[in-house]
Amino acid sequence: MLRTFHKGGIHPPESKLSAHKPIQVLPVPGTVAILLSQHMGAPAKVIVNKGDEVKTGQIIARGEGFLSGNIHSSVSGKVSRIEEVQDVSGYRRQAVFIDVAGDEWEDGINLDTNLDKEIRYDGPEILKRITEAGIVGMGGATFPTHVKLTVPRGKKAECLVINGVECEPYLTSDHALMLEKGEEIMVGIQLLKKALQVNKAYIGIENNKPDAIEKMRDLASALDGIEVFALQVKYPQGGEKQLIKAITGREVPSGGLPVDVGVVAFNVGTVFAVYEAVQKNKPLIDRIVTVTGKAVKNPSNFIARIGTSISDLIEAAGGMPENAGKVISGGPMMGKALSGTNIPVVKGTSGILILAEEESTRLKTQPCIRCAKCVTVCPMGLEPYLLMTLSERSLFDRLETEHVMDCIECGSCSYTCPASRPLLDFIRLGKSNVGKIIRTRKK
Amino acid sequence: MTTTILYTILSLSLLGTVAAIALYFVAQRFKVFEDPRIDIVEAELPAANCGGCGYAGCRNFAETLVKSVTFEGLYCPVGGNETMSRIAGILGREAVKQDPRVAVLRCNGTCENRPRTNRYDGAQSCTIASALYSGETGCQYGCHGFGDCVVVCNFDALHMDPVTGLPVVNDEKCTACGACVKACPRNLFELRKRWKGDKKIYVACMNEDKGGVAKKNCAVACIGCTKCFKVCPYEAIVMKNNLAFIDSDKCKLCRKCVTECPTNSIIEVGFPVRKPKVDEQTSESTVNI
Repeated sequence: MLRTFHKGGIHPPESKLSAHKPIQVLPVPGTVAILLSQHMGAPAKVIVNKGDEVKTGQIIARGEGFLSGNIHSSVSGKVSRIEEVQDVSGYRRQAVFIDVAGDEWEDGINLDTNLDKEIRYDGPEILKRITEAGIVGMGGATFPTHVKLTVPRGKKAECLVINGVECEPYLTSDHALMLEKGEEIMVGIQLLKKALQVNKAYIGIENNKPDAIEKMRDLASALDGIEVFALQVKYPQGGEKQLIKAITGREVPSGGLPVDVGVVAFNVGTVFAVYEAVQKNKPLIDRIVTVTGKAVKNPSNFIARIGTSISDLIEAAGGMPENAGKVISGGPMMGKALSGTNIPVVKGTSGILILAEEESTRLKTQPCIRCAKCVTVCPMGLEPYLLMTLSERSLFDRLETEHVMDCIECGSCSYTCPASRPLLDFIRLGKSNVGKIIRTRKK
Repeated sequence: MTTTILYTILSLSLLGTVAAIALYFVAQRFKVFEDPRIDIVEAELPAANCGGCGYAGCRNFAETLVKSVTFEGLYCPVGGNETMSRIAGILGREAVKQDPRVAVLRCNGTCENRPRTNRYDGAQSCTIASALYSGETGCQYGCHGFGDCVVVCNFDALHMDPVTGLPVVNDEKCTACGACVKACPRNLFELRKRWKGDKKIYVACMNEDKGGVAKKNCAVACIGCTKCFKVCPYEAIVMKNNLAFIDSDKCKLCRKCVTECPTNSIIEVGFPVRKPKVDEQTSESTVNI
């Protein structure tokens, strides 16, 4: 019996159109716009000026907030302007625009692609290199990796959980990465184990990727303390808490962090970035982006420089289909519909999904029929129908006692609702309001 | 038979009398004294329970009024100066007068002025749409048009105009309770001084983008050119973040800024129609062509 988490979950059609497609390197674009907030926390502080010449990999903004990371230039060229540009939400945010000239890399970055297995640094040095490289969680939450690696006092990390689940339909970037860069990921895991001083690492991969499971098992068998688990296919198994429950059987307490149960979890994309940062001294300046959708001509996996326009990616995958209805950054479950395509790729862009007009329209909202399907599928054991009503009526005290802050916004409730009610939209609204109340209370 | 009825009546009457006496003493012992003036003041208040005064309903406001020494900061926008002076008379205090106000929508992004660039099909609520993304148009400051303000208005003073897609304030019904100000996620409503005949001059724009970006997304956006700021003789206009703001307490309705504005983002309401003036520049350029 394969492992999985036990509460709720759904089975949306997988539609992994770009699976087994090789990773293609997207040509460096003519200009890039590098956003200054590509992590959870406050925007990074820019340290270059208009007109400066920058090299690929050169640091251009420092993350000074607690949940911020450094940002590096992904191309070489001249800073043309520091201006606002639309981000994924459509709101304009500060970005550094660079006109590309050649591709000259910063000194000290090792550009060869040979596997470097030798682990020469100690824990603090690994952590320092990861911090410098500005690595954030590549699964989409963009939580800075160096913060995760700094275990709070009084707590102890016992094992590492590596997330190769990729439970979002359509997306295949992690799958492609595991197939092509499995060796590097193994080295990355060893580095993270050393930085955290743990002996055990578990890799979770869903059973719909048998080739990745086989490859990772092969590689792990030669190493000590790395184990690969094949998991049942169920959304949202890629959620940190669900994955920890599935692999270790431990449950992260309400309002707690994984480290409370001795676990630290990373996405395989993050692990690969750690490998590159520590072994090759290469900061996080590119990432794998899946461009997919049933209407797309060539669904593919690209390595794109951070700051490349999303329209370039769509162009490379065969252009915008005529019947396109929605363009989504991320997967269909948790992704964000975009208001335009002239938006730069950021560290958290895992995929671009183009839905055709007929598959993208929402159905008409109808009254709740009290079927409790949303309660059955909620992986956090919440009552989405109740949370939505409370949020609609602004009953924030009740929302808090009903644990609205535990919602992971996976969208299973909205997906399953036979009355097509916008459950998650309202829960998110309630969550942001309750979050604000909690923050003011702390002050 | 008769004795049974007699005993029943007697025993029940006795029980009732004993209970009544006990209850009388209990009521005396636990009596709560309430200032009788609270009821009188509450009767004077409009009973709208809108929360415009900042207190939880009219009763709560009446209690606060009775308790407080001065009326500084206490004002019922619905009842206005008249109600406040009556209450001041009852309580023997001095009323603090305030100019009557009216809610004004600082956005003129009609379907015509502000072209839609995408379509939103999520939950029909401005707050949710605003939290999700920048909106259906290129302007990230303007009205969403899902009517959160209409829902919260207790006085039926707001309705959506289906042609423009913007809410319209009914000046007669608006009491300046401020519910729409709180409800709007884009902070587009402002409570401005109410002039005679409901005359108004205001900048109908909250766009803080640079001129070019703002103008591209909306034909009547304030581009922050500072022309109105320079022409205003009363220093009523403040420039901040590429946006002009007319302070309604300093404005004297001279209308100089309205003609100066190159994008027509300053709106005048309630004035007699201006005489059509011969535009020299236009005629010249026509000649040139």
